[in-house]
Amino acid sequence: MTLLDVRGLTVRAPDGRTLVDDLSFAVAGGERLGLIGESGSGKSLTTLAVLGLLPGGMTSSGSVELAGTQTVGAGEKRLTAVRGRDAAVVFQEPLTALDPLMRLGRQIAEPIARRTGLKGKQLRGAVRDALEQVRLPEPDRIARAFAHEISGGQRQRVALAMALACEPKLLIADEPTTALDVSVQAEMLELIDGLVREREMAVLFVSHDLAVVARVTDRVLVMKDGRAVEQGAVHDIVRAPREEYTRALVASARKLESALDLRSPR
Amino acid sequence: MTPVLELKDAAVRYRGAAADVVRDVSLAVEAGESLALVGESGAGKTTLLRLLLGLARPTAGTVRFDGADLKPRDREQMRRFRRSVQCVFQDPYSSLDPSRKVGAIVAEPLRSLGLATRATAAPEVAAALERVGLQADAVDRYPHEFSGGQRQRIAIARATVCDPRVLLADEPVSALDVTTRVKVVDLLAELKEERGLTMVMVSHDLSVVASLCERTAVLERGRVVEQGATSQVLGEPAHPYTRRLIESVPRLPI
Repeated sequence: MTLLDVRGLTVRAPDGRTLVDDLSFAVAGGERLGLIGESGSGKSLTTLAVLGLLPGGMTSSGSVELAGTQTVGAGEKRLTAVRGRDAAVVFQEPLTALDPLMRLGRQIAEPIARRTGLKGKQLRGAVRDALEQVRLPEPDRIARAFAHEISGGQRQRVALAMALACEPKLLIADEPTTALDVSVQAEMLELIDGLVREREMAVLFVSHDLAVVARVTDRVLVMKDGRAVEQGAVHDIVRAPREEYTRALVASARKLESALDLRSPR
Repeated sequence: MTPVLELKDAAVRYRGAAADVVRDVSLAVEAGESLALVGESGAGKTTLLRLLLGLARPTAGTVRFDGADLKPRDREQMRRFRRSVQCVFQDPYSSLDPSRKVGAIVAEPLRSLGLATRATAAPEVAAALERVGLQADAVDRYPHEFSGGQRQRIAIARATVCDPRVLLADEPVSALDVTTRVKVVDLLAELKEERGLTMVMVSHDLSVVASLCERTAVLERGRVVEQGATSQVLGEPAHPYTRRLIESVPRLPI
């Protein structure tokens, strides 16, 4: 069953420039798709367009059906029903995604209360569970803390807990580990992989880093200048890229990586 | 041979802080031997770089330049120091003055060091821009007209225009896309090779470190846990923290 069906999506800037150009792809329930591309390729705009979150002045046309709801041109009321329930998102920078003035527990409680109607003690229990799921130590302390009081990796876990608390059918992750240190990134990728597997959730994973995408998704769509360059299984794309741009991308990643394959000259 | 730059048992504690951000750090930068400082955020990489740049002073230990203690009040020494040691920062969007033309930006070190005037700087600026692979007409354009990779090239041109011996680079390619990253790494390797530049590079990206630096020092919470030849440190890591860092790097499927 197709969960997300994007057909001929086009996003235009206020000055008329085309930022995403006639993009089509589909994500089935439980499937994981990676959107890969360099800065300015339109990958983040695509995810924002899916949820009707495009910055002011930008317009989208074409068709985006998310769990049967058309989100292109939809009003705020219809979009609010879709966000969270059908698709939830984790952004790159957790410090800007979290409210700096609200205790983290309350921020997580909001979507849970909306979805389940829980109150008081039961709601607090659910918040605690949500924080434990993303393997945060001392969930009670984190629930009382403000965003600036915890580390970047912990913040991103809180953002993930918030997204998962909605129990969406599709998790959209936009460069969720780019701002994190490598060892924290490795833990975060493993966490996303495990949690999504347990819930049979579909994932749209956006990144500029092929190696990171390969850890989480089965299929990738390569974007350049707002257009789809090539799509296919991660392994095929990495092993035998068909398009010139993809070849350059893979070659660059390989070249950097090969520098690590060193043995001391002994 | 006297190291160009050297830290001896250096420690830094910021005012009001309970503990040192870096302590007992001893490093030597030998001419022609590039050094990488790696570690995670908060490990003290940038603090060490600030020490080596003379922007911060150690609360204990010493910073030495050509064998002599670095004294920020000694104007004559600082002039020699600034001429020999230049810096490239992580973010090419905030390290270039948006209101000045590229020509003026790149000429700045020459003018502030008194090596050239606005009128006489032009040939050296043109040569510096050419070395980093930018067109000569760049001098009359503003930073916003360039992409991230090109801006980092401008920053590198500015840092190398006065022909320094040492280039300190703080995450020079972290803000760039993969394909651009490879090109800027190649450029730095070329400058190293052709102009005999010694680099001190701060990075959390081990593959960039491995491609550019002969020596690596690994920092964990303000201490150097391991240092030596890059092939040794990254190829056969002795410290568990180094091993964990290397294992965490995501790799492409084969």
